[in-house]
Amino acid sequence: MKRALPFILLLAGTAAMYLLMPYNLAFATRILVMGIFVLSIDLVLGFAGIATLGQAAMYGAGAYAAALFAAHAWAEPVAGLAVGAAAGAVVALLSGLVLMRASGLTLIMLTIAVAALLAETANRARDLTGGADGLRVAFGPVLGLWEFDFIGQTGFCYAAAVGACVLGLLALVARSPFGLSLRGLQSSPARMAAIGAPVYPRRVAAYTLGGAIAGIAGALSAQVAGLVSLETFSFTLSAEALVMLILGGTGRLWGALLGTVLFMFAHHYAAAADPFNWLFAIGALVMVVVFVLPGGLLSLPGALKGGRHD
Amino acid sequence: MAEPVLELDNVSAGYGPGHVLRGMSLRLEKGGKLAVIGRNGAGKTTLLNTVMGLARLHGGHIRLEGRPIDRLPPWRRNHLGLGLVPQTRDIFPSLTVEENLRAAQHGDARIEEAYMLFPRLKERRKNGGTQLSGGEQQMLAIARTLMTSPKVILLDEPLEGLAPVIREMLMQAFEDLAKDGTRSVILVEQHAAAALAFAGRAVLMANGRIVHDGPAAELAQRSDLIDRHIGVAMTADAPEKGTRHASHA
Repeated sequence: MKRALPFILLLAGTAAMYLLMPYNLAFATRILVMGIFVLSIDLVLGFAGIATLGQAAMYGAGAYAAALFAAHAWAEPVAGLAVGAAAGAVVALLSGLVLMRASGLTLIMLTIAVAALLAETANRARDLTGGADGLRVAFGPVLGLWEFDFIGQTGFCYAAAVGACVLGLLALVARSPFGLSLRGLQSSPARMAAIGAPVYPRRVAAYTLGGAIAGIAGALSAQVAGLVSLETFSFTLSAEALVMLILGGTGRLWGALLGTVLFMFAHHYAAAADPFNWLFAIGALVMVVVFVLPGGLLSLPGALKGGRHD
Repeated sequence: MAEPVLELDNVSAGYGPGHVLRGMSLRLEKGGKLAVIGRNGAGKTTLLNTVMGLARLHGGHIRLEGRPIDRLPPWRRNHLGLGLVPQTRDIFPSLTVEENLRAAQHGDARIEEAYMLFPRLKERRKNGGTQLSGGEQQMLAIARTLMTSPKVILLDEPLEGLAPVIREMLMQAFEDLAKDGTRSVILVEQHAAAALAFAGRAVLMANGRIVHDGPAAELAQRSDLIDRHIGVAMTADAPEKGTRHASHA
């Protein structure tokens, strides 16, 4: 029962969003998409300890790949998701083969550089990507059955289903020997090597899997919005997702989702209340959480019990 | 003469350009128990790190079951049968006891075997790595290495900082590990009496070199050598051979 509780809460939360925000399902869908994206960063950073500020590279690659696939090949969204995942994985694998030899600040700068390179490439390939104007694509019905509707019900349910699949997959990975070894790598790469785990290949594998999931998030974003822009590669997107993860708590999956919900709602309501100064509210929120709960919101129950924060 | 499982031939090694080990040659027989003693800075830990591939080899050769392993990364050496229990233990703090074991598990190792050796770990299998006492962490570090099915176990000062009763229990566990003759053990230890009581053979190190290599019982009688190269008398609280208890509690 204890193990099932987070799943029940997640299901209840998703249902509550659907029922309580019937005319704002686009926003609720964006939360789900960001949740998947933040999960990808949790795998890479929270589990494997790979410092990144360029996860948007894979998100953007997935978004453009899904959009181009729909525009030129097949507009079915689930197939587009697979293409997006493959694009994210390929970008992560190719860049990861170089990046995973670096660490610390060098690695962070390199991840930012990869995203910037891809953004500029997409900008230059105007004929293919629409450049700064973006790429507008009409996607077909999901599995040939459910058309994307104006209110966003299909988009929301589709994103919720994809999110559940990704979360289930990552929960399995987290409990597998591979997932455990990633957490070991984060603590002590030398120790993991001494007990038989090849550090570099494992880091590349984690980065590639994280890239595939970021690609899924990007593809999903393109499908529910019907539009892909250069913003999908932006540094801001990577940085905001990282803030969401830190707010919720790293290395525990649920923290990624909790942080996303908190950030997105805070952003939504702060921007509505004061369109010019909403960043103050976000900054204050981050400072309070980081100082009071260094382990993120997920460490709140432990902190209330007087235990450890992280 | 028994078949050698691990051979070091004229090995020089260190960290970066510096040399800690100088022209060191060593041979460990299959099923052998070797004690390595010496004072701080003698190069004992560097010896184990060099064998494991965690220090830089400047010269010489290392062979495991006759196969050169000089150029292999640590994880490959582990897969070939070397298992290091580090002095720092390096328990993964975000993992439970059982997860620490599963993270290392490969080959035909079974977690139940580790629990049989250290029943305390089974009781604490759901506890986090940081929620263990020093002795329990050491048990976990040893058990985690066993999860990699090692043929040669390299123990780096496993008794350091532990209560006498825990030391006694660990020494019994080392005896259990080596008793069927399939595993060889190198025990690096500052508690010379305990190490010499455990091992069949012993080497005394000073300044990155071996200054004595022979039967452990013989070295135990050479108080002149031990006083000169370790500088302290053998610890009085170390268990002597034949007086240990089998308790794992």
